[in-house]
Amino acid sequence: MSINRRQFLKIAGISTVLGLGSTAAINSAKRSGLEASTVSPDPAAIPFKRWGMVIDMSKFKTEDDRKKVYEACHSIHNVPDLGNPKDEVKWIWEEKFGATFPDNENEFASHEAMEKPFIVLCNHCAAPACVRVCPTKATFKRKDGIVMMDMHRCIGCRFCMAACPFGARSFNWKDPRPFIKKENLEFPTRTKGVVEKCTGCYERLAIGQKPACVEASNGGIIFGDLEDPNSEIRKTIGSRYTLRRKPALGTEPSVYYLIGGNENA
Amino acid sequence: MLEKALVGSKKYWAWIFLLLGIAGVGTIAYLYQFIYGLGVTGLSRDVSWGFYIAQFTFLVGVAASAVMLVIPFYLHNYKQFGKIVILGEFLAISSVLMCILFIFVDLGQPMRVMNVMLHPTPNSVMFWDMIVLLGYLGINVLVGWTTLGAERKAVAPPKWIKPFVYLSIPWAASIHTVTAFLYAGLPGRHLWLTAIMAARFLSSAFASGPALLILLCLIVRKVSKFDPGKEAIQSLAKIVTYAMIINVFFFLLEIFTAFYSNIPGHMHPLKYLFVGLEGHTRLVPFMWTAVVLAFLGIGLLLFPATRKNEGTLAIAVLSVFVAAWIDKGMGLVVGGFIPNPFEKVVEYSPTLPELLITVGVYAIGFLVLTVLYKVAIAVKEDTAGLEIPH
Repeated sequence: MSINRRQFLKIAGISTVLGLGSTAAINSAKRSGLEASTVSPDPAAIPFKRWGMVIDMSKFKTEDDRKKVYEACHSIHNVPDLGNPKDEVKWIWEEKFGATFPDNENEFASHEAMEKPFIVLCNHCAAPACVRVCPTKATFKRKDGIVMMDMHRCIGCRFCMAACPFGARSFNWKDPRPFIKKENLEFPTRTKGVVEKCTGCYERLAIGQKPACVEASNGGIIFGDLEDPNSEIRKTIGSRYTLRRKPALGTEPSVYYLIGGNENA
Repeated sequence: MLEKALVGSKKYWAWIFLLLGIAGVGTIAYLYQFIYGLGVTGLSRDVSWGFYIAQFTFLVGVAASAVMLVIPFYLHNYKQFGKIVILGEFLAISSVLMCILFIFVDLGQPMRVMNVMLHPTPNSVMFWDMIVLLGYLGINVLVGWTTLGAERKAVAPPKWIKPFVYLSIPWAASIHTVTAFLYAGLPGRHLWLTAIMAARFLSSAFASGPALLILLCLIVRKVSKFDPGKEAIQSLAKIVTYAMIINVFFFLLEIFTAFYSNIPGHMHPLKYLFVGLEGHTRLVPFMWTAVVLAFLGIGLLLFPATRKNEGTLAIAVLSVFVAAWIDKGMGLVVGGFIPNPFEKVVEYSPTLPELLITVGVYAIGFLVLTVLYKVAIAVKEDTAGLEIPH
């Protein structure tokens, strides 16, 4: 069989494209088996199967008790204070009962009960919608249950913000750095154009510390491994009445709220 | 063939430079957004997608509508569409191009856009949307250019192009289905969480796209010697009529489910759009304008007398087009975010830079469209009167 120059070039071109394509496919298949972190963990790190929290609002008597929690998180994580709701970035804050649990609103409940503040943050869902929709794996689920953000990979498409039913995600509408009150040099700051949210204090867990909000909560937030039946968190959830936000949506939030009797409510 | 776009009347060049000027203003506005961040828009953490993504969503529909010419012409040998099928394909090219640009200007970190390919993520609908949009662009460039090239030489298009033509049919449906899936699979956004979303997108697409094509055909006939043909335009008008009626019907189905079930989450966004929620009524006048235009358009199209009169036909298809644009280009995306996950109403309206960037992208799209149409029409004028097999 003889081929002319034109045919040869055609075949050569097609084989180059196919060759490059299949190499890329093989490489990406290989890559998916790799772990994001390849360094050995700190021996002090608490081994975890599923990050979880129980928030007991009865333990927060005053506004200051709650503010301490927000401040503890936002200060160490360089969360900027942009001073207006349009640009707002927040990792942990409070909402009224009715806003936190919209399906549990009740016209005959006391006004006071509906207006009670609840601490809200990322739920680190077991079946997170945000992770499902992210086109770059910039937000992903870690083996310890934390829904993590890679702010260097995020392209800022904000699909995750549309997907999250809990309003847990914020976007950097402008450069956040000038709005950080006092920069914590131990934790990265963010750039404009990326999404951010609570990262479960992965950096503290890695060195054996509890999340900052838990530490500042004075026992108001119980933190632990939801997969460990002997943990305090499991015992609490097993013995008392708890609520999760919007469980009907099937995202399986890992943040529980204690709803007690009169004195605990 | 592109050289044909370099020869034109004074009016042609004035139009080209006008579009270039608008695109230039848009580019400057984009540079401002690029430097400052997306904070120059009216978006917030509550309404995190707005005008850009809405235009993208609307234009995917316009792009998909080329199939309404391809099916009758290639599958049913409806010869009247032979003259204008290229106009549909070229409209698809410029629409997909605008779609890609609208996604690009909406990105917070546009320099990282290639991450979508570097880290392919099949569980993300956006990944598939990228694939179907790029594929559709490729198919239409290939088919459009090849068939027009053959027409220029007054020969039948090569046989190998046929599989691509047939592929373009399901592919057109796929671009709008996948785009609907961007919305329809999200928990907690009640306006979007509806199985009929893709069907609604397709019906709205097959109304608005051919409506725009009719307007373009009427313009082409005015500014050139090429006549798309009265019968072809009338057939398109019938397609618009059916599609728009189905589109309105599908929308009424949504209203029924939301309000008869009486589920508050499903009713809230619709109430926000049509009567306002908690005193917030920013979109209400627009939505009712869309309602009036939709029924006006359908009315004019239904009566043969007003459909056959090209003056009233133009009003009808313009009404349909604007109604579909308000529905998808304004109401659908923003309405999905209202109320927010805390049941609070936070409203949105685009800012001046946002509008300039939007108009700039449209200018680029129309520039590409003008150049492509110029080439196509020049070829048509050259080969007028010749019977070319397909």
